[in-house]
Amino acid sequence: MSHLTTYDKVFVDSLDLSSDQLGKELQYQSVPNWDSVGHMQLIAGIEEAFDIMLDTDDIIDFSSYEVGKEILSKYDIVI
Amino acid sequence: MLDLLGDTKGVALITRSRELSHEELRRLASKITDPIPARSLVLLVATNTIEAVAGYVGFLEKGIVPLLVGAKTTPEQIAGLVDLYQPDYAWIPADMPGQQYDLYDYPGTEEKGLSYRLIHYNRLTANGLHPDLAALLTTSGSTGSPKLVRLSYGNIEANARSIIASLAITSRDRAITTLPFSYSYGLSILNSHLLAGASIILTEESLVNRGFWDLLRQKSATTFGGVPYHYTLLKQLHFERMDTDSLRYITQAGGRLGDELHGWFAQVCMDKGIDFVVMYGQTEATARMAYLPAEMSLTKIGSVGIAIPGGRFQIIDEQGNPVSAAHVEGELIYTGDNVSMGRAISRDDLRAGDLLAGKLETGDLACFDDEGYLYITGRKKRFLKLFGNRVSLDEVEQLLMRRGFTAACSGKDDGLVAYVESGGESTADLSTIDTIPPLLTSELGINSNAFSVILIERIPRNSAGKILYSRLDGTDGAQFDETDGETHEA
Repeated sequence: MSHLTTYDKVFVDSLDLSSDQLGKELQYQSVPNWDSVGHMQLIAGIEEAFDIMLDTDDIIDFSSYEVGKEILSKYDIVI
Repeated sequence: MLDLLGDTKGVALITRSRELSHEELRRLASKITDPIPARSLVLLVATNTIEAVAGYVGFLEKGIVPLLVGAKTTPEQIAGLVDLYQPDYAWIPADMPGQQYDLYDYPGTEEKGLSYRLIHYNRLTANGLHPDLAALLTTSGSTGSPKLVRLSYGNIEANARSIIASLAITSRDRAITTLPFSYSYGLSILNSHLLAGASIILTEESLVNRGFWDLLRQKSATTFGGVPYHYTLLKQLHFERMDTDSLRYITQAGGRLGDELHGWFAQVCMDKGIDFVVMYGQTEATARMAYLPAEMSLTKIGSVGIAIPGGRFQIIDEQGNPVSAAHVEGELIYTGDNVSMGRAISRDDLRAGDLLAGKLETGDLACFDDEGYLYITGRKKRFLKLFGNRVSLDEVEQLLMRRGFTAACSGKDDGLVAYVESGGESTADLSTIDTIPPLLTSELGINSNAFSVILIERIPRNSAGKILYSRLDGTDGAQFDETDGETHEA
């Protein structure tokens, strides 16, 4: 699986989204499930899927689908 | 009436850009309440903003009764509450959608610069309110049949004073908000800190937002409260390495934390020099009833501690006799001045006096250890805590029934399972069961990660047609007392 496919799958699974909801518009609280509970599931999903441990700052800055990609690039995961 | 501000000086409310002294808060509160007669009923949407808190403080001080609801309450649910309880006014965010429900803007009261507005319902005055009635709280996670808990002025003051004593809250404390004050635990944090002359740092941001942590550091918060999922989150955020120098103590309530997280936070907080206080409460007891003193948090993992000052616990067996031996499970009974006046299900109930006389049957199963520390072991009543929200399983079943799904609900905290019957009476299209989690999310305002759906041929029932919950999920269903699995919430 490409990193993008993995990344998208984590979003779809942890926030209960359909794939057409992914993209620039998707950010914290833009869909009902991306609340603090959803954020927790999302971060856990990302950490597991890419086998990384995100720093605190990266978890609290992970505020949108696009920003998440930038954050992962710091962990050498290019999406 | 209850004056939460007393004659205390200093800063009462803090936001990113403003600070309000107790005196300024009092002035704003009296401005908001000026057009409202005493003993009116006001629907209050409780956001963590200056306007909402000032309204609440003013209402209590003037003998106006707020009915507190959360910001996530849907317009339909608000309309339902308005129909049922007939408030005279509403104090709500100015931008809140769905205000077309028979509402009438009270002329000339809209405060310039305030993000809230006062709405006057243009109707004949309904029946009076009981003189002791101070505030009304929904039992959280309303499922369309919103029952209220009736709190008296005495309840609120007694509980706030007990909490101040338990946690040694002083005027130097600064509590940052993590919970809405429509939720009894959030309200308890607000009441106890205001009454102690302490400050409240108001934010609508949550623990997962940078804005929350920036504010916590900039304004030197000394405390916050969290329900179990907040603690899961804090661990994920690497709380052990975070800069939290200003924190003096943090509290946990709103459901069982679990031994592993309890132990982890007890140790981490000890290392960081923060008091970690596990607590236990129910809305019917205004809020909190028990606390585990921080110095015991490592030695009594899994315990919710001892009764708050002025409260007393008792455990009774199935015959109603007190159990005095340690490690024997029974139903937990609490007595204290913070036990509410009882429930309400209609406007007429708001005239009623105290029906509980200071004694609460908690519906929780518990035991003491040989040193008198309390452990919650299960539940008699069929409800779950979903991310801190109490949700009645029977009400969820009724909600699904109205949508044509015959379902039996079970599960554990933070994980409700709806078993939908495929071979029986479900009238809904069973290919649409995927719509159940989002449906419950919109009805209950709870993340759909809390819900799973399993299709089963037949829901197991006894000969009288009662659902046999223990057969649904085997040992997973052991959260509830088997003998009393059918008990409905009072």
